[in-house]
Amino acid sequence: MIELIDVSFAYPQQPPVFDSFSWDVEAGEIWSVLGPSGCGKSTLLLLLAGLLRPQSGQVVIAGERIVRPRPRTGLILQEYGLMPWATVYDNVALGLRIRRFYGPDGRHVPQDEHIDQAETRARVDRWLARLDIAELASKYPGQISGGQRQRAAIARTLALQPDLLLMDEPFSSLDAPTRESLQVLTLKLCAEAGLTVVLVTHNIEEAAFVGQKVLLLHAPPNRQTRMIDNPHTANESYRSSGAYQQTCALLRQRIDEDTPRQSRGETVL
Amino acid sequence: MTQSVNQPAERADGTADPRDETARSRGLSLLLAALILLLVWEFVALTVQIPILPTPWAALSTLVRELGRDLGRHFLASLLRVVASITLAVALATPAGLVLGQSQRLNRLLSPFIYLLYPIPKVVLVPIVLLFLGVGNAPKIVIVTMILFFQILVLVRDSAANIQPEILTSVRSLGAGRRALFRFVYLPASVPAVLTAVRQSIGTAVAVLYIAELFATQYGLGYYIYIQGSTLFDYPKMYAGVIAMSVLGLGLYFVVDAVERRACRWMEA
Repeated sequence: MIELIDVSFAYPQQPPVFDSFSWDVEAGEIWSVLGPSGCGKSTLLLLLAGLLRPQSGQVVIAGERIVRPRPRTGLILQEYGLMPWATVYDNVALGLRIRRFYGPDGRHVPQDEHIDQAETRARVDRWLARLDIAELASKYPGQISGGQRQRAAIARTLALQPDLLLMDEPFSSLDAPTRESLQVLTLKLCAEAGLTVVLVTHNIEEAAFVGQKVLLLHAPPNRQTRMIDNPHTANESYRSSGAYQQTCALLRQRIDEDTPRQSRGETVL
Repeated sequence: MTQSVNQPAERADGTADPRDETARSRGLSLLLAALILLLVWEFVALTVQIPILPTPWAALSTLVRELGRDLGRHFLASLLRVVASITLAVALATPAGLVLGQSQRLNRLLSPFIYLLYPIPKVVLVPIVLLFLGVGNAPKIVIVTMILFFQILVLVRDSAANIQPEILTSVRSLGAGRRALFRFVYLPASVPAVLTAVRQSIGTAVAVLYIAELFATQYGLGYYIYIQGSTLFDYPKMYAGVIAMSVLGLGLYFVVDAVERRACRWMEA
C-alpha cells in the first residue's frame, strides 16, 4: 500500500529529517509512528499525504507515485481543521462538496466517483450517526467540545470513503476518557472499512494500543527503519492485558536508548 | 474549550430565542435615546427662539412634507451613490485583499504603497477627482469607493493571511486545489472582514459624500442642505436635509450591522 523508497527530505536551511529512508506498509495494516517532538513524525505524514515532496526518492501509494494529495487518502489532524464559520453538518459535507465542485476529474476526485446532492446528504447523515454527533449537526465548531470536534473531523474524512487514513496526534488534546473511547471507535470504523492506517503520536500508550506495528523515529536524520511488531486487536480489554504492558515497556526502553545520543549534543529539532 | 451554550435559531419548543430578546431590548433603548435627544433639542429650540434653530417638530414635519417633493429625489441620488460605491469597493477590494493575503511576495511588494495611501484622508482628494472626472455621479462614487476600498482591502488581506494553517492543510487533504480553497475557505472566511470594514467606514463614506456633493452637482443631500442653508435661508428645510443625511448613514449602518450579525452568527459561539 505504502512504499517509501530512499526518501530524503530537509526543510530549507535545516539538517535532513530523512536521509535515504525506506519503509513498507501492507494494505490493511495499522501502524503507529512514535518518536519525540521534532523527530519528523508529522513530516512523514505530510510526505505520505502529498502535501510535502521529498528532495530525492519516491513516495508510492497503491502503486502510484505521490506528487500531490491523493483523493483516496484521508488526513486527520490534532487541531481538527474544522471551518469555524460552518456548522458541523456543513463541515462534514465539505469533502463531498469539493468532489461535486470538481467532478470526477481523476486529479482532485477519483474518476469512478459520482456524487450528487442526495448522495452527499445520505453520506453526511450516515457518518454523523456513526460518530454519534447527529444532534450537533446545526452547531458551530465553537459551540461543541474538543472530542465532538474531532468526531466531526473524522466523519468528514471517512465520508469520502478513503482507503488510507493518516492521523497526526488526533487525540492528543482530548482528556483521557474521551481519547480512549475515540481510539476504540476510530479503529472499529477503520476495521469495518478495511482501511490502512498510519497514526502519528508522541504518546507511548497510544502507540502501543493503536498500532499493530510501531515505527520508531528518533532525532534526525532518520536513516534506518526501526519497528516493532505488536499484533493485537484494539479493544478495551487489551488495555489491561500483559501483552499491552510489555509493548509499552519495550517502546519506552527503545525510546530511552535514543535519549542519551540526543543529550550528548546532537541537534534536536 | 467552549461548551455548548447557544441555542439553534429555530426552537422547537416555541419559546423565544434569547438573541431576539436582546435585539428587542437593544431596539427599545435606542428608541429611548433618540427620544431623549429630540426632547433636548426641543427644549433648547424653545428656549433660544431663533430662526436658525427650528424645533424638531418643525424640522420633522418639513422632512415628511418635502420627502414627497424635492428632498426625496436628493435622498435617492445620495443613496444610489453610496450603494454604488459600496458595491464597487466590495467587488474590487475583496479579490485584491484575498490575493494579497495568500501571496506573501505580492504583499511585500505592495504593502508600502498601501501603507502610504491608506491613511491619506481621501476627502482632500475631492477637488482633484472632480478636476479629472468632471460633473456627474462618477467623481462622487469614485471618492467614496476609495474610502471603502482601502478599509476592505486591509481587513480582507489580514483575515486571509490569518486563516489557521490546519484548516488549509486539512481542506487540501480533502482534495481541494486552488479554486476550491478559494471557494470554500478564503471567500467565506473573508465575509466578516468585508462586513466589518463596510460598517466601520460607512460614517466616513457618508461624510465625504456630503463634501463631494457640494461641488458640481444639483442632486444629492449635500447640495440640498447647502443650498437651503446658505442661499435660500430655509432653515426647516435645511434641518430636514440634515436629518435625511443622518438617516441615510444610520440606516446603512443598521443594515450592514444586521447582515453582519446574521452572517457571522458563528462568531458568537
